[in-house]
Amino acid sequence: MNFTLDEFTSQVRRDILRMVHKVNSGHPGGSLGCTEFLVALYSTIMNRKDGFEMDGIGEDLFFLSNGHISPVFYSVLSRIGYFDVKELNTFRLLDSRLQGHPTTHEGLPGVRIASGSLGQGLSVALGAAEGKKLNNDPNLIYTLHGDGELQEGQNWEAIMYASAKKIDNIIATIDLNGKQIDGATDDVLPMGSIKQKFEAFDWLVVEIEKGNDLKEILEGMEKAKALSGKGKPICVLLKTMMGNGVDFMMHTHAWHGKAPNDEQLASALAQNKETLGDY
Amino acid sequence: MKTYNYTEKKDTRSGFGAGLAELGRKNPNVVALCADLVGSLKMNQFIDENPERFFQVGIAEANMMGIAAGLTIGGKIPFTGTFANFSTGRVYDQIRQSIAYSNKNVKICASHAGLTLGEDGATHQILEDIGLMKMLPGMVVINPCDYNQTKAATIAIADYKGPVYLRFGRPSVPVFTPKNQTFEIGKAIQLQEGTDVTIIATGHLVWEALEAAKALNEKGISADVLNIHTIKPLDDNAILKSINKTGCVVTAEEHNYLGGLGESVARVLVKNNPAPQEFIATNDTFGESGKPQQLMEKYGLNYKSIVESSIKVIERKNN
Repeated sequence: MNFTLDEFTSQVRRDILRMVHKVNSGHPGGSLGCTEFLVALYSTIMNRKDGFEMDGIGEDLFFLSNGHISPVFYSVLSRIGYFDVKELNTFRLLDSRLQGHPTTHEGLPGVRIASGSLGQGLSVALGAAEGKKLNNDPNLIYTLHGDGELQEGQNWEAIMYASAKKIDNIIATIDLNGKQIDGATDDVLPMGSIKQKFEAFDWLVVEIEKGNDLKEILEGMEKAKALSGKGKPICVLLKTMMGNGVDFMMHTHAWHGKAPNDEQLASALAQNKETLGDY
Repeated sequence: MKTYNYTEKKDTRSGFGAGLAELGRKNPNVVALCADLVGSLKMNQFIDENPERFFQVGIAEANMMGIAAGLTIGGKIPFTGTFANFSTGRVYDQIRQSIAYSNKNVKICASHAGLTLGEDGATHQILEDIGLMKMLPGMVVINPCDYNQTKAATIAIADYKGPVYLRFGRPSVPVFTPKNQTFEIGKAIQLQEGTDVTIIATGHLVWEALEAAKALNEKGISADVLNIHTIKPLDDNAILKSINKTGCVVTAEEHNYLGGLGESVARVLVKNNPAPQEFIATNDTFGESGKPQQLMEKYGLNYKSIVESSIKVIERKNN
């Protein structure tokens, strides 16, 4: 890559904003909050092969469980080379591979499972992790989940299974932005200490306090990687700011699933420089 | 008229167990998962021979379906095992999103389907699973009729790429199809040639259909009998060919008439060649506790009902 991660991040933010603005739908808030994480993951942390093969043998794999943040996922996948960035223009349009929520159905390179109906990604990732062990493939499985998503019971089946079966080649990251559609997670359904819950289920937990700081993310994820292979699954608690990088989208849950209008887009884009060239 | 004999009765779930064990020996990519029902699903032999390829997930069917979907990434062919109720209704959205929509090569193997689960009662006797599964785009739905056919179907679906729902049961039923048969997905099997009425049956009702054909023959009625082991994709041509000849049909299944084989057959007829049809199926009801045979009798799922409905449908045709 002949650009900095800050430049990459700024461009991904612009992509997200322009994608949801164009079709007046989609989820900018969580996407912006996880931009640094996905940029760090795909640019630096993951061991990836060129091209895309569904089986992903000999490389790290990523599963997005909270599929509604598809804008950031699509932007990062295209910018890192899985498909042409021009295709971002088709987000949520008829006949597009960039469906509202990610899917394998249209054959979009980089996507290995459909997600959107929440709470299913961790189970799928555990299956892929078991598959890697059967194939003697030492690479890792990464996942991302919303914090509100943990209200889905299937997660806890999977969390229980992972430690019981000593699945130590998985690093599951929880986007702790404290918000969900109906408001603050603490108001909708308080979950108490997520850290203590994972620890009670015998996971190793790494906390990243500044989840929108590239340096802290890289350090935290290196720490998480170093914990792999020790007989326990690994959880990263990533504290993020929903809507990060756009002043009026921060400190609110209002932009969970709402697109900016023309004026708001102009203001948001003015806060994020075009670095790699708009699609 | 062909004569069908049997020397033993066996449960179709044991056919699944035997098929899975054979797959374990010949296909290193086959893996199995179970949600705390290993004995009921007859998976022990596979597990004994391939412990590293077996995943006990505990009582957590949703997680099992997701893990199965994930195992396909990397080339494994997962076979999940639990009761039909917990293989479908309980995990419908997991199957829909992570398996069907994601087009994962998962084989959902479901035992204790229908009323013949018996004494456990309606909580466990699913009569809606064929409907649930056939509505999912891309899902193959198979309901074999005896031990030998279930074993053959189990082996065959490993070679088919894509999601499959394989439905079988608990009770011992006559073993009358050939040992070591080749199972062809989507291909109806003609069991009797007849001219007066077509009987189309699936699963445990296939043997009952043969018994019914015998009884009808004694009354001078000649029945065409089709074993439809694959409900989706349905063998439209075989069905139409038979009904073009007989002009009426009785469908028979251990399932609700809403959403089952009968409805699929009706769709084919209405579109191509409308003909009178009678349904041997449960009538939009839940089951209850009882012995399998008592339940099949009470809910009208046996050869006697097929005979009565055949006579009725022939009358409808002639009027």
